[in-house]
Amino acid sequence: MTINLKVWKQKNAKTSGNLETYKVDHVSPDMSFLEMFDVLNEKLVQDNKEPIAFDHDCREGICGMCSMYINGQPHGPLEGVTTCQLHMRSFSDGDTIVVEPWRSAAFPVIKDLVVDRTAFDRIIASGGFVSVNTGNAQDANNLPIGKDKADMAFAAAACIGCGACVAACKNASAMLFVSAKVSQLALLPQGQPERESRALNMVAQMDAEGFGACTNTGACAAECPKEISLDNIARLNREFLGASISNQEV
Amino acid sequence: MATIKLDAKVPEGPIGEKWTKYKSSVPLVNPANKRSLEIIVVGTGLAGASAAASLAEMGYKVKTFCFQDSPRRAHSIAAQGGINAAKNYQNDGDSTYRLFYDTIKGGDYRAREGNVHRLAEVSANIIDQCVAQGVPFARDYGGMLRNRSFGGTQVQRTFYAAGQTGQQLLLGAYSALERQIGKGSVINYSRHEMLEVVKIDGKARGIIARNLITGELERHFGHAVLLCTGGYGNVFYLSTNAMGSNVTAGWKAHKQGALFANPCFTQIHPTCIPVSGDHQSKLTLMSESLRNDGRIWVPKQKDDKRAANDIPEEERDYYLERRYPAFGNLVPRDIASRAAKERCDAGYGVGVTKMAVYLDFKSNLINKYGRAQATKLGIENPDLDTLIRLGKEVVKEEYGNLFDMYKQITGEDPYEVPMMIYPAVHYTMGGVWVDYNLMTTVPGLYCLGEANFSDHGANRLGASALMQGLSDGYFVIPYTIGAYLSAEIKTKAIPTDHEAFVEAEKATRERIEKLINIKGKQSPESFHKRLGKIMWEKCGMARNEKGLTEAIAEIQALKKEFWSDLRVLGDIDGFNPELDKAGRVADFIELGELMCIDALNRNESCGGHFREEYQEDGGEAMRDDENYMYVAAWEHKGESQWELHKEELKYENIKIAQRNYK
Repeated sequence: MTINLKVWKQKNAKTSGNLETYKVDHVSPDMSFLEMFDVLNEKLVQDNKEPIAFDHDCREGICGMCSMYINGQPHGPLEGVTTCQLHMRSFSDGDTIVVEPWRSAAFPVIKDLVVDRTAFDRIIASGGFVSVNTGNAQDANNLPIGKDKADMAFAAAACIGCGACVAACKNASAMLFVSAKVSQLALLPQGQPERESRALNMVAQMDAEGFGACTNTGACAAECPKEISLDNIARLNREFLGASISNQEV
Repeated sequence: MATIKLDAKVPEGPIGEKWTKYKSSVPLVNPANKRSLEIIVVGTGLAGASAAASLAEMGYKVKTFCFQDSPRRAHSIAAQGGINAAKNYQNDGDSTYRLFYDTIKGGDYRAREGNVHRLAEVSANIIDQCVAQGVPFARDYGGMLRNRSFGGTQVQRTFYAAGQTGQQLLLGAYSALERQIGKGSVINYSRHEMLEVVKIDGKARGIIARNLITGELERHFGHAVLLCTGGYGNVFYLSTNAMGSNVTAGWKAHKQGALFANPCFTQIHPTCIPVSGDHQSKLTLMSESLRNDGRIWVPKQKDDKRAANDIPEEERDYYLERRYPAFGNLVPRDIASRAAKERCDAGYGVGVTKMAVYLDFKSNLINKYGRAQATKLGIENPDLDTLIRLGKEVVKEEYGNLFDMYKQITGEDPYEVPMMIYPAVHYTMGGVWVDYNLMTTVPGLYCLGEANFSDHGANRLGASALMQGLSDGYFVIPYTIGAYLSAEIKTKAIPTDHEAFVEAEKATRERIEKLINIKGKQSPESFHKRLGKIMWEKCGMARNEKGLTEAIAEIQALKKEFWSDLRVLGDIDGFNPELDKAGRVADFIELGELMCIDALNRNESCGGHFREEYQEDGGEAMRDDENYMYVAAWEHKGESQWELHKEELKYENIKIAQRNYK
């Protein structure tokens, strides 16, 4: 196949960027989308042109590093799939594909398709944990957790922190990301002691980072490569409201 | 330099009491002094994140470094199947001793007894700790934790979270780390790569790190430095490692005097998705847990062109069950990999390339799960379609994400047709040599997790990597570092304008400038590919003297070419992945040479190291305990020059035998 690409090029956070056009020949349908970029970059090096910078690492859909906005959709056209697991068999010979970085004020561009997502780390640092030091734990089976709850907590914990939810949202809201962590820990007995302060602190940090508000359009869940459910946002709203009412000090 | 004397510092006493006694007698650092002691942790995977969080909780001042954009993305995240622990929750006869025994035997009697027993002892605490953090392991309806089997064992001791166990464990450790970052007890440096160890008066006192966004070189002081930087499987170019996984931190330490042990011990994992073409950038693992329910087979007839589902039962060769009836599909990884290679080399392979075997779930899906579900639901005489439908539901819950991933990559549905799999490089047992304290031969420089060599001998058992990473970080280093730091309480933080920092930064800058100024014609990627091809063909699943000798010469030639014809585009003072990659490939090339030297030195077959000259008639590996029951620890003496030091291994608590899984 031959694929035409329009790719966002931007030298660094201080400069403005623009879309550049590339043509990639001999694309095999078995290639992953990122492998097509590898091929293109090798060719650019041969032609003495600087390769396109993009984030990627595990290439098996779990690390959350890859982050391309493909034809107007985070991680491209397939549901439940990261960019690294998208294969060229999803495209046709002669297609033109537009590739941009995540777009959000809270995720500034570092270079080309690479953005800074450290805001997510700071949100977790504000409360996305159980305060238990190493060495204090009781026997694991002393704390039975019903399978339904454990499964729901696991489904929320599957979030890979890639930021597609933010990129998909017209408000650049991080509610799906925050709600996944709040839900996981609110569903488990281990998370109960800090349940209220966690919801309040994480939401406060989310706002401080400049993420937008949630208007329930659901684009986040539709584009999430791990299919994190909108139910988590409903749960976060309940947690936050409950905590705001009962915890007047905060 | 004085001659290095290897001292493993394993405590005296009976094996079951060593660690307990050690913990009661190791010197402590009082809380006030901890606050003035600084520790650098490089790498934020299971070992690094758990160590950094635990040390900060104790009161030390900690700095963490990772090359990814967040500590949560370290490659531990991709571990799938599970984590072992001697809990005996299944009442099937497990114990600390059995986990110890299985690990030593699985490692083909090339691991250190004292370390492995400690690992087995703390394994149960790891599960407790992770559950306390909110890690959502798989559970039964009664709320108790579930277990499954992994290779090389006859008990069920593997805890798991679907096929995403590494992710859940790492997110647990990451959240503990972020908690400390939030408190200001840890300062994290993401998108930073460690490029040099700084030594002062022979002790590790800091690092030089490159800010990968700005390109700036930074100096960081620490009373101790911990390398938790993972394995070096990417030396083969194609492996199941992440694209960024590299040996650079360990290699810089090696060149600063840390010995590198058993580099040739690499693990080839039997169940990976086969290579599809030249464009391939990495290989994807299909978890070993699948061997609980999948049966491996090839056609009995050579070059059989029929589709898998058209080949009748009696014309299938379930070669693992045939050769190893006692362990069947759950033999250790090295054995399963070699058996697959043997069948494919003999012409029985399947798929377009004929370099694949089938991993088939149909019979268990129908007979085990389908029938059990039908019985549960009271369906009498269920037809085949019903059994398949019911079985699918169970299999989906156990392995769903793996099946989806397989379909995504290959375009085939493994619920309908058998998976095609082939062995691929997955893990490296070798690594930086450490003593019982996890300290390298450079005082104050430690190495944890996959980056060290210590616990898995010549072959690692499945679900033991996560166990080792977390054991080292949560439960070992918090004690053992006290033995060193208790003597450092009078050492004030050394200002980074010290001559040693200036010199180290200068040398690092010169090396980077050299890489970017070669201005040749070939990309870092192309050199990496060529190195990988040499390593896979001549230092891969099977090795021999001729191939290894050739490989050494080829790698030396490749190195020369690299340093004269490399092309690195982009700027030195900005975000430049090409430059990052060039530095990593340069180190891989040097490591590749040492791996071949080590493989050539070891005139025996053991675990993942299979020398074709040393095999029994049936093709089983032939160990030479008389001459090679030692850890080969290599000292760097100059370009392409190494000196071998031997740490003799003594087995006082296990009877050494030929491994037998028949």
